[in-house]
Amino acid sequence: MMSRTLRRIAPQLVTLAVLAALISVVFPGFLEISVSDGRLVGPVIDILKRGATVALLAIGMTLVIATRGIDLSVGATIAITGAVAAWSISNGLGLAGALSLAIAVGLVAGLWNGVLVAIIGIQPIVATLILMTAGRGVAQLITEGRILTFSHDGLAFLGSGDVLGIPVPALLWPVTGIAVALLMRRTALGLLIEAIGINRRASALAGINARLLLIAVYMTSGLCAALAGIITAADIRGADANNAGLWLELDAILAVVIGGNSLMGGRFSVAASLFGAMIIQTIDTGILLAGFPSEYNLVIKAALVVAILVLQSPRLASTWIYWGMRLRNRRAADAARIREAGE
Amino acid sequence: MKRLLTMTVATLALGGAAASAQTVGFSQIGSESGWRAAETTLTQQQAEERGIDLRFSDAQQRQENQIAAIRSFIAQGVDAILLAPVVATGWDSVLEEAQEAEIPVVLLDRMVDSDPSLYLTAVGSDLVHEGEVAGQWLVDTVAGEDCRVVELQGTTGSSPAIDRANGFRAAIEGHDNIEIVRSQTGNFTRTEGKEVMESFLQAENGGADICALYAHNDDMAIGAIQAIEEAGLAPGSDILVVSIDAVPDIFLAMSEGKANATVELTPNMAGPAFDALDAYWNDGTMPPNFIQTESRLYTQSDDPMAEYEARRDLGY
Repeated sequence: MMSRTLRRIAPQLVTLAVLAALISVVFPGFLEISVSDGRLVGPVIDILKRGATVALLAIGMTLVIATRGIDLSVGATIAITGAVAAWSISNGLGLAGALSLAIAVGLVAGLWNGVLVAIIGIQPIVATLILMTAGRGVAQLITEGRILTFSHDGLAFLGSGDVLGIPVPALLWPVTGIAVALLMRRTALGLLIEAIGINRRASALAGINARLLLIAVYMTSGLCAALAGIITAADIRGADANNAGLWLELDAILAVVIGGNSLMGGRFSVAASLFGAMIIQTIDTGILLAGFPSEYNLVIKAALVVAILVLQSPRLASTWIYWGMRLRNRRAADAARIREAGE
Repeated sequence: MKRLLTMTVATLALGGAAASAQTVGFSQIGSESGWRAAETTLTQQQAEERGIDLRFSDAQQRQENQIAAIRSFIAQGVDAILLAPVVATGWDSVLEEAQEAEIPVVLLDRMVDSDPSLYLTAVGSDLVHEGEVAGQWLVDTVAGEDCRVVELQGTTGSSPAIDRANGFRAAIEGHDNIEIVRSQTGNFTRTEGKEVMESFLQAENGGADICALYAHNDDMAIGAIQAIEEAGLAPGSDILVVSIDAVPDIFLAMSEGKANATVELTPNMAGPAFDALDAYWNDGTMPPNFIQTESRLYTQSDDPMAEYEARRDLGY
């Protein structure tokens, strides 16, 4: 079981190692981690912390994509839930109240998407596009168009605090990821979701409650976006409805794709998507550390992403397998010939 | 009651100047940022103080809405039109219509690429000059000592980012003690300002090698201030912080000693516009083609708390 997971995420691990080596060339101290004021400090820690939002989104997005859907609304949901959290904390609802309200709003956003997709039957890309465009407006209504700042140490702790020296966001996404992965693989849920993605009608005929599962999957995505929204707002101690989570839905989809999951649905790996998210953040942080002019940021990122996706493509993989087999066959033939010549 | 009294006094004082109530149409881009919301609030305040009847139209980021608004202002026969254009091109025909109706048009904050004869004047800030003021402050403050500066740029390729970068460089030119060692975009947002500042601190020996931060807007500076604090340094003393815009929150940071200076991009574009219009209405004085607003420098000694209080309700 363990070795199968390891083989599944091997391409992502290799990619991360190559990226780390590349960045170490332009920024020698890349892998160094030191302790200052009782907390771990270093570029790697920054990656684990800054990658948290995309990693959280990627968890929900993986499940949605496994059902052959897509959720474009997560960036807007970050803006809404962040605004809700900041609004409720500054109106004296307390930490528990703010968190539960923000999470509830995230679940409602997911419910909305799920109902549109599963019950009304709108294509996922169109159904979630509605909230993607409208959601930011909702967030601006809550913040009244300004950056809603708050001073509450409990909420700020979720963005910039640390436990045992590790930043809270860097702990939040692995915990969420492991919880979701265990829920999927220790129960039949993962299998059922894959069945819906491969053939929804057939799975419904086989007795799977596809509607309920689809709604649950979109609500999970909304929940993950709510967690991401909370740490985004907590990080800067304010909700910026214009910019929070902007375009992050695309990074989340990219993380799922770099994780080797098919956009056609079916088999999925949450762990691989999380490594995909870390690959994206490693590229982002590496570019910042390298000190190139900012005009090059997106070009470098695009070139690296293209290279990663090409190397991971099924066509190239089958070519590799083909050449590997030919090489092995030729070696076997050579060995046989040598044996024959020896006799 | 107190407000009513001051308003009455203001109306009495201005009553002589504005003999008859003028009507002015104002076509605003929208309310995409706090600064623009403040510009709208201040324009309405300025009109009220001068006894001008302001007709406000929010274009929600669409040029066709602005053109429709201007046509409707012309049809209503207003005495002047204020226009904050959403884009630079495509204004010729509607500006000609206003000219034929003999209604002066004043551009606020942004320029158009039409012929200058089609509008009375334009009020705006000089973005290069803002960068120069920030750079000059740093030159004066470090007074010859060596200073390694990190720069948080605006959105790559946007005109504020280009101009504010150039202005700052022009001001520190010839001062070899000041050197920009790292420069990256923070996209004008707090989150990215914080993230990029974290990487600057990593790259520059935990921040020990950084003497000052120059941010192209206050929001990035506020994000960066948090990053500096979380790295265990004191923003404002260990690392000097200078930025541009003068939004309320930077004054709060200044009052706590965490930011050092900001250059104001004033949202009061309407004040100079109404002054120019008053002169034009009274005796036909033609204003210059471009009225540059003041890029005022605020530091910790300018009573930041009072500035914060004065600005917090403007809609930023």
